[in-house]
Amino acid sequence: MLLQQLVNGLTLGSVYALIALGYTMVYGILELINFAHGEIYMLGAYLGIILMVFFTAIGLTSYSLPLSLILTFFLSIIFCASYGFTMEKIAYKPLRKAPRLSPLISAIGVSIFLQNYVMLTQGATDKVFPHLFETSTITFMSVSMTYLQFFIILTSAIVMVFLRLFVRKTKIGKAMRAVAQDKIMASLVGINIDTVISVTFIIGSGLAAIAGLMVAMYYGLVNYYIGYVAGIKAFTAAVLGGIGSIRGAMLGGLLLGLVESLGASYISSEYKDAYAFIILVLILLMKPGGLFGKAELEKV
Amino acid sequence: MARLNWKRFKDERKNMNTVPGEKKKEKFFGIKPLVVALWFALLFLPFNGLRAAIILFAVLLISIIFFKFLFSYKKIVIEGLQTFHNKIRATGLFSAPSVHIIRSLSIIFLFILPFITTDYLIDVAILAGIYIILALGLNIIVGFAGLLNLGFVAFYAIGAYSYAIMNTKFGLDFWSALPFSIGLTTVSGFFLAIPALRLRGDYLAIVTLGFGEIVRLILNNWDSVTMGPNGIPGIAPPVIMSVSLGKLSYYYCFVLSLVILTVFVTRRVYSSRIGRAWVAIREDEIASSAMGINTTMYKLYSFAFGAFWAGLAGALFAGKMQFVSPESFTFMESVLIVSMVILGGLGSIPGVILGATILVILPEILREVQLYRMLALGGGLVLLMIFRPQGLLGGKGVSLRG
Amino acid sequence: MYLLEVKGLSKYFGGIKAVEEVTFKVKEGIIMSIIGPNGAGKTTIFNCLTGLSNPTKGDLYFSGTKLTGLPPHRIVRLGISRTFQNIRLFREMSVIENVMVAQHHKTRSGLIGSIIRWKRFRDEEKVVREKSIEYLGLVGLSDYPDAISGNLPYGAQRRLEIARALATEPSLILLDEPTAGMNPQETSEIMSLIRNFKKLGKTILLIEHDMKVVMGISDWIVVLDHGVKIAEGLPADIRKDSMVIGAYLGREH
Repeated sequence: MLLQQLVNGLTLGSVYALIALGYTMVYGILELINFAHGEIYMLGAYLGIILMVFFTAIGLTSYSLPLSLILTFFLSIIFCASYGFTMEKIAYKPLRKAPRLSPLISAIGVSIFLQNYVMLTQGATDKVFPHLFETSTITFMSVSMTYLQFFIILTSAIVMVFLRLFVRKTKIGKAMRAVAQDKIMASLVGINIDTVISVTFIIGSGLAAIAGLMVAMYYGLVNYYIGYVAGIKAFTAAVLGGIGSIRGAMLGGLLLGLVESLGASYISSEYKDAYAFIILVLILLMKPGGLFGKAELEKV
Repeated sequence: MARLNWKRFKDERKNMNTVPGEKKKEKFFGIKPLVVALWFALLFLPFNGLRAAIILFAVLLISIIFFKFLFSYKKIVIEGLQTFHNKIRATGLFSAPSVHIIRSLSIIFLFILPFITTDYLIDVAILAGIYIILALGLNIIVGFAGLLNLGFVAFYAIGAYSYAIMNTKFGLDFWSALPFSIGLTTVSGFFLAIPALRLRGDYLAIVTLGFGEIVRLILNNWDSVTMGPNGIPGIAPPVIMSVSLGKLSYYYCFVLSLVILTVFVTRRVYSSRIGRAWVAIREDEIASSAMGINTTMYKLYSFAFGAFWAGLAGALFAGKMQFVSPESFTFMESVLIVSMVILGGLGSIPGVILGATILVILPEILREVQLYRMLALGGGLVLLMIFRPQGLLGGKGVSLRG
Repeated sequence: MYLLEVKGLSKYFGGIKAVEEVTFKVKEGIIMSIIGPNGAGKTTIFNCLTGLSNPTKGDLYFSGTKLTGLPPHRIVRLGISRTFQNIRLFREMSVIENVMVAQHHKTRSGLIGSIIRWKRFRDEEKVVREKSIEYLGLVGLSDYPDAISGNLPYGAQRRLEIARALATEPSLILLDEPTAGMNPQETSEIMSLIRNFKKLGKTILLIEHDMKVVMGISDWIVVLDHGVKIAEGLPADIRKDSMVIGAYLGREH
């Protein structure tokens, strides 16, 4: 029972971690809570369904299921990255010099816009992921784990390793870290801030797309409002691990996933969504730097 | 100042006429509009389908070119508007003494209104009144003291539910329950603020959001007291001197009086040393503490005083609907109230009244397109932040600071 | 009698020692300057004195009262007020409102009073307004009480900040580079303003870079370098001090 919940929590947690990375990267660079990030994840989930339905209609899925899955992943990531890129250009870039809370309001605006856009175009009812494959189960010492769960955890792990390598080793990754540390200095040494910000949004949105797709496959159902709750939870994960820190977001996501699935089975499942909010409020009040981060100093 | 701008406009127009035509042409028929239109059409493709995307592409292309064309004549348009504005000013219709007359006339008109219009209009007007009280309350926190609160709806909910529960479970009437409702809301505002106020702007916003969601989840799940998602029916409307206010026009006059009371009180507090302390904190927290203001205390006051009005609005809402359920107190509702304050102008009392009125009445007028209400609200917030962050009637530099 | 005593004040930011074991005393009724190169820790001392940051070590006494650990608004009530190096006005408020805010702790009206506006409230408001005009008069701004302070020219903003500091009715005024960015004429106006304050019985603690100002009006000078006090004395002595000259011109090793 406990181990089973751990597996479920880990699955959930790796999805949160993927979304949390987007929050933490954007916050690290722009000090902006990108409220609309959860909606990108929701768009990713919808895109998965839309594309799979489309591929079924044109007969690609019966021709080759793996190929259509790969194409779906690929296209969803491309589309979500484009949404993220465009969102930044329209809603945040003009507010770069505005007081801190203006972009936050703008982000809330984007979030409401996207939710309602999807509701209007795709309907307010649940969308179902086409049932194309049976997922079999591995059982080990009375703990069962579906291949899909295994796939989700593995994919998240691989993606995160790649992200870490990207940020550490590549030129643009180093530029991102430089911008996060000191924007003015970074621009003085010739780093193009706009490019770095765009890349951050593109990567963050791509990760959210992967998360959305996997959730659509895992639960088989999506709705236009899943982005809000998932967004808050992922933000909680980011804050939990210390916002701005990539490793923190990963750990925070996993931790939150575990807390949620353990809480749901051992305390009360009615308040399942409340755990994240309570953790969020508590952590912000008691240790705003996150569990692994250092406390922030306010400058006089 | 005005004269200076005027001169610049004239010069610029002169320059524009002398600019060679080739440069303008390049702007109109460059590749950029095509790329932009194509880009957006592609973005909309998966969700809207091919046909809509093509239509969108065409519409975008035409409108981009049209607006570019329009923008090249922007200065002339602005100039025209300015002359128009000056002419209106010159008529003296809006000069100071007549403001009082207009104000008293419109108040009288507002009280007569329910006896000359339809029930539907009164219904909308009551709702507008409740939202005005709510928005004026939030304005104390966001507009005066500069603290973004994204969970204001929690106070509204506490006000509404406390009246609902006291009325249906304990049989208290409106007037005996009201002090408890408002008191409870004020106290909860105060206690939420104690821990939250150590946080910086955006974190504070998120914590208040979390608080709002926690309150909603409690309402949804604490079945024995709140009756869960089904809500509480059968709440009695207020009674004044044995006249029940269940009748719409009476309730309207009641709400209108309370709106006037709210405006009166918030205005007076705003222009006292308390209001000055709030604005000073909004403008510069460190400087205001260095000038002898106990910033923590005044931030607490603003939360409690703002919550006070939310409690009143909540009780009024419960009395009007005679039914409450958690659905009325979602995060969207918080965003709606914040939008009223921001649209009207942070810190501006007439602005906030205008903002609340617009956001209640506009969707009613545009009934046919009500589906697009939230879509427009979302897009509108983005545009507002970009083009007019101070809102319709707000001061120039008043905006959300961190 | 010493109005202010700073004993072994240290302030560290992480590993950086912004101020290290600084000790000095300020006599009542004098103009004292703190000078030193950029980053010497002058503003940090001001922040510690006004409660905006907490000292890492050391004690601060103001006419016998211990300041350490008190919040800024309590320190204002004891009679210390300040201006900021980078002007920090309430930019959206009018000129007179800026000064009225500073009298906040001298007034008592509460919520009920401000709603009902009985006589006590109206009288208090009137007194505050009159006093504010007076303070504005001292710095030469009484002609524009209703202008939005953020729209004032730079020099006027500096003067308004001084009027605002004065309006808290302090016995000790801390001025953080009051003449920064001003032309010679404005600078000499500020100098005579500071001298006037002295005549009014105020004690002034000044951070200043302009040596002409410092040497012209100070009764006593404390010199800091890298957070450490390297000299203190009369202006004439400081001028000759080799350590001071070294700190400013670079030491020879």
